[in-house]
Amino acid sequence: MMSCLPTFSWRFLAVWQRNFKVWKKLALPSVLGNLADPMMYMLGLGYGLGRLLPDVNGVPYLSFLAAGTVCYSTMNSATFEVLYSAFSRMHVQKSWEAILNAPMTLDDVVLGELSWAASKSLLSGLAILTVIWLLGLQSSWLLSLWVIPVVVLIGICFAGMGLVMNSISPNYDFFMYYFTLVITPMVLLCGVFYPVTELPHWLQTVSSWLPLTHAIDLARPLLLGSMPQDILLHAFALLAYGLVGFVVALHLTRKRLLT
Amino acid sequence: MRVLTVDNLAKRYGDRRVVDGISFTIEKGQCFGLLGPNGAGKTTTLRLLLGLIRPDGGQIDLLGHAIPQAAREARMRVGVVPQMDNLDPDFTVRENLLVYGRYFGLAHAEIEARIPRLLELAGLQARADSLINSLSGGMKRRLTLARALVNDPDLIFLDEPTTGLDPQARHLLWHSLRQLMNEGKTILLTTHYMDEAERLCNVLGIMDAGKLIAFGPPGEMIARHIEPSVVEVYGDVLHDAQVIMQPHCERLERVGETLFGYCAKAEPVLQALKPLAALRITHRPANLEDVFLKLTGRDLRD
Ligand SMILES: Nc1ncnc2c1ncn2[C@@H]1O[C@H](COP(=O)(O)OP(=O)(O)OP(=O)(O)O)[C@@H](O)[C@H]1O
Ligand SMILES: [Mg+2]
Repeated sequence: MMSCLPTFSWRFLAVWQRNFKVWKKLALPSVLGNLADPMMYMLGLGYGLGRLLPDVNGVPYLSFLAAGTVCYSTMNSATFEVLYSAFSRMHVQKSWEAILNAPMTLDDVVLGELSWAASKSLLSGLAILTVIWLLGLQSSWLLSLWVIPVVVLIGICFAGMGLVMNSISPNYDFFMYYFTLVITPMVLLCGVFYPVTELPHWLQTVSSWLPLTHAIDLARPLLLGSMPQDILLHAFALLAYGLVGFVVALHLTRKRLLT
Repeated sequence: MRVLTVDNLAKRYGDRRVVDGISFTIEKGQCFGLLGPNGAGKTTTLRLLLGLIRPDGGQIDLLGHAIPQAAREARMRVGVVPQMDNLDPDFTVRENLLVYGRYFGLAHAEIEARIPRLLELAGLQARADSLINSLSGGMKRRLTLARALVNDPDLIFLDEPTTGLDPQARHLLWHSLRQLMNEGKTILLTTHYMDEAERLCNVLGIMDAGKLIAFGPPGEMIARHIEPSVVEVYGDVLHDAQVIMQPHCERLERVGETLFGYCAKAEPVLQALKPLAALRITHRPANLEDVFLKLTGRDLRD
């Protein structure tokens, strides 16, 4: 912890376990919450808009929307976890300080939080995926299973990015900036609700650099029954955003708590 | 056996030397009390000893481990009661112990086996399944102590363990600490209460502005730093009293309506003060608080 290089121990899993133990107490409402919001979007927009649109890129609008919904609710779930929940553990409840008095490093704690947020968002993604399967929106069963690892990558990506905000935030209100400046633009620019190709050229360029675009470029073909292109590039982009975020967050959180 | 060796430890925040070259040692089984006014650097010292912050100079050996390099190994054998309670409000009393034990890599069954004993020590057997927010301040403090013992540590750090507690709760906590000392545990505590330090500790350090300005057993410290008798005079003709006491006392100090006379013998002073019947006069042996105030002064610190 004293060196610049991270020092981890397997006890980071104890942080994961701690969060899991709390989650278990409220598991049912939490899972329902995971489902309700994206379901309303998907069904509301899917049926509401879907009737106005004959098809999008040759598929029914609801099928088009399915992949966007998986990606964006996974993103939201990971983001909320590392912003509001991790922040209350770190800053309000001082749980992190308590943990640091045990033989744990801050690196363990932050890694524990990242893995927990990724796990929780995996659950969100799986919940939507289940709805997609129930509604039969996937073209191929087998290909749609590959959305699961994509969801894991999305979780890691946005947990890592969100932890940076967690490390510099003075209070909960600060997170609004992140939603307004990062998350909302991403929802609008990355092809959740409509194809990126509908955007002006310069916005498409911006979009191609955003992590959610990479997520959707993987998930959408998989749900529509074809192999995605540039799989390694997209996977690498998601991981890179997550890892860079994680390393920066580690550095800033050390500064915040350990000086 | 030496449990802790601190040599010339230093920490700066900006231009402020918050810990300014302190050195001391603690032997196994000792209870070391670190005293000092607000902002003296006590909590910062503890954080340095735990390897949570990087010192700007000096050496620390904690239970045979160099700090901060091997802080993780050292913390395996240390228990910490922080200045501010940070129990986990998402959990019950029992769950707090269970979850905390996992941070030490302890197996579930092992922690479960230790919990009854910890609950007993904290006097919380009846509250095992209560949520933290329903506990009183004293209960929280006791649970924090129990949590610090979950790894059966050799050395326990307590940062102001009884601040804000009522007398009953303080006595109960002292009782627990004595029990731990009887078991051979070593204790390092910080406190603002002189009676606490005098009762519990066999070695004291007084810290002021980052420096360790006195170190030693409480009795020795009183004998070394201060006159044995104190005559306190309250009233509004203090000037007359001052003139009378001057020749009999080594030191006189006036604080508002009170005059403190520090002297080798109280009898002559009391005799001389007889004519001033309007004054309220008390006489007591010098105590640790007198030493503390002499060494650190009477000014407010922040
Ligand atoms: N992270 C920090 N950055 C800057 N200054 C700090 C930091 N931590 C502590 N200080 C300063 O160092 C000084 C010593 O603080 P410390 O908390 O060690 O005092 P203390 O002896 O524990 O006081 P108290 O009795 O009030 O708990 C204080 O003036 C404090 O403001
Ligand atoms: Mg303090």
